[in-house]
Amino acid sequence: MTSRTHDVYADWRALLDRASFIELGARARAVALLDTGTARELCGPFDRIESPWLEPQGVVPESDDGVIVVKGRLDGRPAVVIAVEQAFRGGGVGEVSGAKIAAALSLAAGDNRDGTPTAAILLLETGGVRLEEANLGLATVAEVCSALLELRPLQPVIGVIAGALGCFGGMSIAAGLCTRLIMTREGRLGLDGPQVIESEAGAAEFDASDHPLIWSIDGGTQRTGTALADTLVLDDVTAIRSAVIDAVAQGVPAEHRSQRLGELRAHLHAVDPADPPEPSGLAAAWATASPQEGDAQ
Amino acid sequence: MPDLTRGTPVRTLNYEFPADRPPARRAHTGVVGSGDLEVLVTPEPAPVARVRVRTSVDGFDTVWRTVLERFFARHRVAGNFELNDFGATPGVVTLRLRQAIEESRT
Amino acid sequence: MSRGRKWTGALADGDVAAVIPSVITADLTLGGDTARLVAVVPDPDSPYRRARAGEVGLAEGLSLAEAVTRVVTEDARLPDERRRPVIAVVDVPSQAYGRLEELLGIHHALAVATDAYVTARTAGHPVIALIVGTALSGGFLAHGAQAGQILALDDPGVVIHAMHKEAAAKVTRRTIEELDELGRRILPLSYAVADWAQLGLCDELLDVQDAGDPTPEDVQKVKAALAAAVGRARQGPRDLSGRLTSPSARHTRAASRRVHEALAAQWR
Repeated sequence: MTSRTHDVYADWRALLDRASFIELGARARAVALLDTGTARELCGPFDRIESPWLEPQGVVPESDDGVIVVKGRLDGRPAVVIAVEQAFRGGGVGEVSGAKIAAALSLAAGDNRDGTPTAAILLLETGGVRLEEANLGLATVAEVCSALLELRPLQPVIGVIAGALGCFGGMSIAAGLCTRLIMTREGRLGLDGPQVIESEAGAAEFDASDHPLIWSIDGGTQRTGTALADTLVLDDVTAIRSAVIDAVAQGVPAEHRSQRLGELRAHLHAVDPADPPEPSGLAAAWATASPQEGDAQ
Repeated sequence: MPDLTRGTPVRTLNYEFPADRPPARRAHTGVVGSGDLEVLVTPEPAPVARVRVRTSVDGFDTVWRTVLERFFARHRVAGNFELNDFGATPGVVTLRLRQAIEESRT
Repeated sequence: MSRGRKWTGALADGDVAAVIPSVITADLTLGGDTARLVAVVPDPDSPYRRARAGEVGLAEGLSLAEAVTRVVTEDARLPDERRRPVIAVVDVPSQAYGRLEELLGIHHALAVATDAYVTARTAGHPVIALIVGTALSGGFLAHGAQAGQILALDDPGVVIHAMHKEAAAKVTRRTIEELDELGRRILPLSYAVADWAQLGLCDELLDVQDAGDPTPEDVQKVKAALAAAVGRARQGPRDLSGRLTSPSARHTRAASRRVHEALAAQWR
């Protein structure tokens, strides 16, 4: 797994010339990744498949329920981009938005079985299950994970976490299942956000106002540095598109991150829960931990 | 994050304004995010702009009427306009409507 | 003793083994099948102090994956119809909320468990969830939510939800009473297992005499239900499409069904 954490931010010219990816809306982000003129949105706003659960709770629904599905070509190859709109309900996944993600992944898997190799790109700016749809959000997140694993042996499923909202909750599990994960330095990945942990366990456990601490644990630099994500990129449309193209071109690996039980076992053994390393020391602690038996199944 | 609107039901406001310029095609702008709104425009053969606003912010019916009246007096674009609002200011409403009719022409 | 441990012990043919103190397994004969029971239970001595009350934490995610993967590996050469059922006995208060957990990537540990369950289901193992207690949030996603068949005890102690009630009340700034009232109006928000059973996710709701301490009749009844669920799982789809076709799903999940139909129609 390549981890390109070096020098990305030293290139000041790129930094000054960049076109921010995360400042685009989800639809524009999805279209920006695909080859020019090839994007076609499915189940778009004019299909008006809204969440049926929001209006009765006094919440105005959105015509696309905050998930954009766009088919097209990526570097000439068929691909579907599925983008979560973080501005709508904090990127929370509900019944309709979750069903859109799961159905698109399943349909891509069907294409592959029918001889059209279709890759999937997930733009994961999401707080996880949408609380206003609680149990149906939870159900659809499970369906997303299942559909992702249906596609993953056939074609790469590439996750991108670009923005500061990050990818949390149940959708972080989906991120963990992706073939490869691309993050920016601003992006965050974790199961429970700092506020949730502080609320459950107190500020001594996790101080949600301590931003350096949060990014040192959940941030893209840390997650790529510890191989929980694969590629660190600048928040720039061209850089992210080329990272996505590279990640797809690498194809389907023999073993995926979420199948490497021996590696996880070694990583857990390498850390004493009573005396864990500082976040900055974790990569070193894990680098010396060697997987034991169990990975070559 | 949930429940900024607790206790307030979604209100649906309907308006009609005279119009004579049909939009070429349907268009979509904006997002139902804090301080913003989503606008969907679909062509309408009749010389009228039919506007449906859904909002969870209470007590702004007169403001909506004024903002929309002013916009459609100036632009006179016929069509069905669906506005899904999340507390947008009059400036943002006008901006999104203008983007929507521009997109519907191109 | 936790409900998860009680039910695992009561259903087991013989001894209950521990992968780690908080993840236990046992065998259960169901007709011609020998099913593997897997449960997460409290371990007050766990070195992970945020995962001592039966939460699914880092070690639990890994151990669940190991337990399930072991069954898949051992049965890999068997014909599909002889691959053993895996029964997740579910009684999990949540995932483990902690700084250490986030540092070491608990989302990854839960992904590993999720992957193992999906792999088993896809390989033809009937994967059944038996919810005997709480099935909350990320804990349930990693242990139970990937089952092809979900059974739950019809008991007030059975709670299936995205977030436990106290936290939901805090986040939404509502009282517990207001949450209950809202749950009566909005089905997916309800904390009542009978309401959850209408979402299309429940394959059978089981009425037992004592959900906290099963009687011999309870055990017989649940065994029969598990055997029937194994039979349905062997006949049914290996993906989760069955969750959208049940009579209750046709009603409750009409929007999901519309999405699947519209997306398929527009796909080409």
